[in-house]
Amino acid sequence: MSEHADLSRELSERVADAAAREAPLAIRGGGTKAFLGERSEGEALDVTGHRGIVSYEPGELVLTARAGTPLTEIEAALADAGQMLPFEPPHHGANATLGGTIAAGVSGPGRPFFGAARDLVLGTRIVNGRGEDLRFGGEVMKNVAGYDLSRLMAGAHGTLGMLLEISLKVLPAPRARATRVFEHDAATAIEQINAWQRKPWPITAAYWEDGRTYLRLAGAQSSVDSAIRALGGEALTDDGTFWQSVREQTRKFFEGDDPLWRLSVAPATPMMDLEGPTALDWAGAQRWLRSAAPAETVRAAVSSHGGHASIYRGDASPRFHPLPKALMALHRRVKQSVDPAGILNRGRLYPDF
Amino acid sequence: MAHADLAASTEQALGGAPRKQQLIERLTAELPADIVLHADEDLRPFECDGLSAYRQVPMIVVLPSTIAQVQTTMRICHDNDVPVVARGAGTGLSGGALPLDDGVLLSLAKFNRILDIDTDNRRATVQPGVRNLAISEAVSHLGLYYAPDPSSQIACSIGGNVAENSGGVHCLKYGLTTHNIVQIEIVTVEGERLTIGSSALDSPGFDLLALMTGSEGLLGVIVEVTVKLLAKPELARVALVAFDDVRKAGDAVAAIIQAGIVPAGLEMLDNPAIVATEEFVHAGYPKDAAAILLCEVDGTEAEVEEDIERVREVVEREGATEVRISRDDGERALFWAGRKAAFPAMGRISPDYYCMDGTIPRKALAEVLIGIGELSEEYGQRVANVFHAGDGNLHPLILYDANQEGELERTEAFGGAICRLCLEHGGSITGEHGVGVEKIDQMCVQFPSAELTQFHAVKEAFDPKGLLNPGKAVPTLHRCAEFGAMHVHNGELPHPELERL
Repeated sequence: MSEHADLSRELSERVADAAAREAPLAIRGGGTKAFLGERSEGEALDVTGHRGIVSYEPGELVLTARAGTPLTEIEAALADAGQMLPFEPPHHGANATLGGTIAAGVSGPGRPFFGAARDLVLGTRIVNGRGEDLRFGGEVMKNVAGYDLSRLMAGAHGTLGMLLEISLKVLPAPRARATRVFEHDAATAIEQINAWQRKPWPITAAYWEDGRTYLRLAGAQSSVDSAIRALGGEALTDDGTFWQSVREQTRKFFEGDDPLWRLSVAPATPMMDLEGPTALDWAGAQRWLRSAAPAETVRAAVSSHGGHASIYRGDASPRFHPLPKALMALHRRVKQSVDPAGILNRGRLYPDF
Repeated sequence: MAHADLAASTEQALGGAPRKQQLIERLTAELPADIVLHADEDLRPFECDGLSAYRQVPMIVVLPSTIAQVQTTMRICHDNDVPVVARGAGTGLSGGALPLDDGVLLSLAKFNRILDIDTDNRRATVQPGVRNLAISEAVSHLGLYYAPDPSSQIACSIGGNVAENSGGVHCLKYGLTTHNIVQIEIVTVEGERLTIGSSALDSPGFDLLALMTGSEGLLGVIVEVTVKLLAKPELARVALVAFDDVRKAGDAVAAIIQAGIVPAGLEMLDNPAIVATEEFVHAGYPKDAAAILLCEVDGTEAEVEEDIERVREVVEREGATEVRISRDDGERALFWAGRKAAFPAMGRISPDYYCMDGTIPRKALAEVLIGIGELSEEYGQRVANVFHAGDGNLHPLILYDANQEGELERTEAFGGAICRLCLEHGGSITGEHGVGVEKIDQMCVQFPSAELTQFHAVKEAFDPKGLLNPGKAVPTLHRCAEFGAMHVHNGELPHPELERL
């Protein structure tokens, strides 16, 4: 059942009040992605009451919803019209909201093929650290008026603004889909997945774990059929459940207490010599590592390939990959430009802001 | 700091009238003399970009060929409070590279090398002066290409594409520049070198790559770009569809999308554009049609055959008077020839034309086209419409004669009215050409003062002295107050902090 409530005025006032007192706020949606990032100290500011789809016209391929809208509600509305969120956001729990998803900047298996959360953001309405209600971008596919502050919000974990509304580009759901399984060692998988992408096959996801490559094909029925004939592999039945288990980290690979690292690298990066099992998502560009190796060891290995590592589960600190000094200084100035008192999710992204 | 104040401080820093001479001395003390241009005849070629109605000869032009030289130039200019305008190929249509009479124009034309082609990761790392099309040409033998294709792709450079977040014909399916790059190297206003983005699909911290893309040279100087490459589609076919009513054509655009097809390109021409291009290139466009659509689908052979038939079904249901589907690449090229020649075709029927760049939701296409027709009568000036219908990105071409007293001014006023029409329909004043100097006043209409103030604050985080491309992209609140056509937000008087005279 969809509920509608516009709390933008109250929420803006809360931020303005906190700004006047220089009192830090911890913005909270469904709390499903609280495990990402650092603990943020401050008065809790719950945005889940600010909810509802503001506009959605399938012919426009644009959906606008309030930040507290449950992701499930948005996905249901899209499915009714035969459309989807192309970046396949992980929910990580039943209460996931659109705002939390965009703030965390998380994207599922389709990311290399359809774009990330940030790529699909067309516009945002936010409250900055001064309590001002601001709109950036819009509901059109192309818009280059002003700096792109709306995409900047994706992945900023609420440190650059409290999201009020988000406009996203959505896409028609593919008419046909199939998943093929191949027996590969990791090195072969990396090579093969990248080789496939040098041809215009209708690939929409590629995942490798424990000796098997899973390749998702989607698009026109005839196109999927011809790709199956050319590429081979074994059919995977009930592949919807499979891709959901990848997206939501409910596979056996993700169970247990070993630290879970997310390694973000160029897709053809060779397997790194790190202890513990690795799974490859995003066609090789997002790798999951279960390893008790010291954070410095993991980060040094990934950095040497031009990538970065963040901890999903475990105690490593800082949780996000440290930034070079000059870039960190620029981050601090950007943060200050939208939130001079430093009240929005202070310490959530990096310990000092 | 406003630019006017800067000019004064530049005078001071360099000791009055001979400041040009002093700056030349400081630059040539650390840079080869032959890359510092200052004679009037050497400066003249840089006086304008693709928006030739605006011209200004720069004080000095620097033509570096290494990143170290860019850093030196930036450091010297920063130390001396001299503004800097970066320039790529100079094809921009909004005056983003318009020089300043008291500033340095930093031309990146010599940065024209492709540095690395990474076949495994499907990336190319290039210098900013590399032409857009040169990237696709360099990787064509690998079966790859770079997707964004602005109409000026033969000439425009990738650095400029990033600065403007350029689009093109294939954006609906393949995205804008911002979706097709992974990393850039920039030189800051102080001369520091920074890497923004990474070789991975994302990077830690804020998405500064998104922020830099489309920032029109106001936040940093781009000195290297790593782009994504895609596999070339196996096949592309285009449907040429005619309608006897603009409204039906507009509705057909939405219907195609709603049928679950994401066309590689979906373009529309109205009758004046059809007639002008047909007389110029003879692409076989039906001159009696009120509008035509060009709908291209690409992908694997099987996919294209399936999709093009669906397109035919949809447009016939929407009342198309004629549907022609390209049988081979030759015919496909012919169908596109008219669209691609639309701008030069206008040059044949009018001494000058002014190309606008608004975006609107697709559903408003017909409404806005009719509105533009009414404005055309009101201003007494002819207009032809050519646009990326799939993206809702309009390019009305206003025909005028610059030699007629007052026509340019009337044309600009007409253009401003079209911008407002787009905004009234929930659109934007610019989809892909940028704000530059051209649409700076319209920014006052699109954005309330709080948003503009936020933009200035972000600018200050990168460039506290306001030396990078000052006066472009984001208007000062004073300028908006003077312009008079301001955004009224929640019924409040805009800019209450300013005095009104």
